[in-house]
Amino acid sequence: MRTIRIGSGAGYSGDRIEPAVELAEKGDLQYLVFECLGERTVALAQQARMKNPDSGYDPLLEERMRAVLPLCAGKGIKVVTNMGAAHSVAAARKTAEIAKSLGLSSLKIAAIVGDDVLDACKDGDLPIMEFDGSIKQLGNRLLSANAYLGAGPIADALTAGADIVITGRASDPALFLAPMIHAFGWAMDDWDLLGQGTVAGHLLECAGQITGGYFADPGYKDVLGLARLGFPIGEVGEDGSLVITKVAGSGGAVTAQTCKEQLLYEVHDPKRYLQPDVVADFSQVKVEEIAPDRVRVSGGRGTRRTDTLKVSVGYVDSFIGEGQISYAGPGAVARGRLALEIVRERLKLTGVAASELRFELVGVDSLHGPDVSACANEPYEVRVRVAGRTESLREAVRIGNEVETLYTNGPAAGGGAWKSARDVVAVASVLLPRDLAKPQVRFVGA
Amino acid sequence: MKKLREIAHSRTGDKGNTSNISVIAYREKDYPLLLEQVTSERVKALFAGVVEGEVVRYELPNISALNFVMSGALGGGVTRSLALDAHGKSLSSALLDLDIDDAPQQ
Repeated sequence: MRTIRIGSGAGYSGDRIEPAVELAEKGDLQYLVFECLGERTVALAQQARMKNPDSGYDPLLEERMRAVLPLCAGKGIKVVTNMGAAHSVAAARKTAEIAKSLGLSSLKIAAIVGDDVLDACKDGDLPIMEFDGSIKQLGNRLLSANAYLGAGPIADALTAGADIVITGRASDPALFLAPMIHAFGWAMDDWDLLGQGTVAGHLLECAGQITGGYFADPGYKDVLGLARLGFPIGEVGEDGSLVITKVAGSGGAVTAQTCKEQLLYEVHDPKRYLQPDVVADFSQVKVEEIAPDRVRVSGGRGTRRTDTLKVSVGYVDSFIGEGQISYAGPGAVARGRLALEIVRERLKLTGVAASELRFELVGVDSLHGPDVSACANEPYEVRVRVAGRTESLREAVRIGNEVETLYTNGPAAGGGAWKSARDVVAVASVLLPRDLAKPQVRFVGA
Repeated sequence: MKKLREIAHSRTGDKGNTSNISVIAYREKDYPLLLEQVTSERVKALFAGVVEGEVVRYELPNISALNFVMSGALGGGVTRSLALDAHGKSLSSALLDLDIDDAPQQ
């Protein structure tokens, strides 16, 4: 039976780079995938592209490509990534330029376009899923609308001979499913195979989260070597059989426990994991340790895909102002609470217009609120934190200022004040009829 | 009486304004305890000050796991929340502190 090995070289845009180099060097891979595109990253990249038409792709593209391209070209490893963000063609051009400078001009580089569906969303004035409202009601706050494309166009690019495929918005598991479809010729309506392939993609897409990252809890779940955590490899057979493993000698661990945690990560109904290519069913999945750092995962299924694509809509939501200051030693909590009361009153007195405010003590109740945190012991030090949502940057600035002035006007011995004010680009979703997105493959000359 | 942390591990994920928390038994034989005692009602009560919407529990007997899906849990959504932990990644640690009564049934 034919088998391919797919490495996962990044779980988010800022992820460590050397585990990907280790995978390319020692992973015996045919494919290396980089998942680097968070929920709102396309919207931020679109803002960058509006300022500079040649930008709009992942800021670490050059560093990652320079690190892995010589190894990948030498070993014939194909690279698939969503580092194209809001401008996959510019990312492909940049990659071609890097390849040329490395003496690798023969690499064939493809960009996937067509995930930008802003016009189609405006024409249809589609309803927003998360709140009452529609695309048109967002007015000039609307920044971007990008459909989660499936594996089809990426597989097409690989079949057309691409060595590197760069996408914008695509479903994360689809980046991994595409090499399977290309290598094994899976039919796009073989729902069970696409479902099991989605299990593989879902397990791999967060890189270190399945090899022991986001897992360790000393005394309960110990993991060795987290500073040199190895990234995962999926061994996939043409019948959909799957083993998750990692490079021998790298840090971390692949166990039944790490695989089970990642299987349910960001999953709602496990029977209906909605993807552009299939509705995957994780409910019958089995996880079995077959050797150290080798876990077999079977039983993924699927049913027919839906008629719509999920579209991620980026918009300017509001502004957030924030301030922090610390207190320590005996009475730290009491002084922290006094500080919060002072700022609360000051924001009222000075008429700061905030639609939402949070007053909390980091180290006491900031993560889960006063109810869940009620039984904890008094800490040695606390950090006051006040955050508020406003309609303008000017108002947002005033919130941090009211915390900072505690230095000379607040409780005794407050130190380390910090403040910030920023605009908030948020994301919401709409569902677009599938045929309104028209993905294409574009090869870029080196 | 013991803590949930003694018999299960957990991971939190986020999508928009919805948080999901898995609870996975270390040993298959403890899965019935999870089914019986880690109910959506208890989880909703624990996170009363955090979760505004409903809490739905999904059961995965094949991997001895439960999956709790909590809507309105992330301060309006990961991308706009005022919270320090906008993703809610630390929520699983609160859940693992839940009391579990493991005395044999009379």
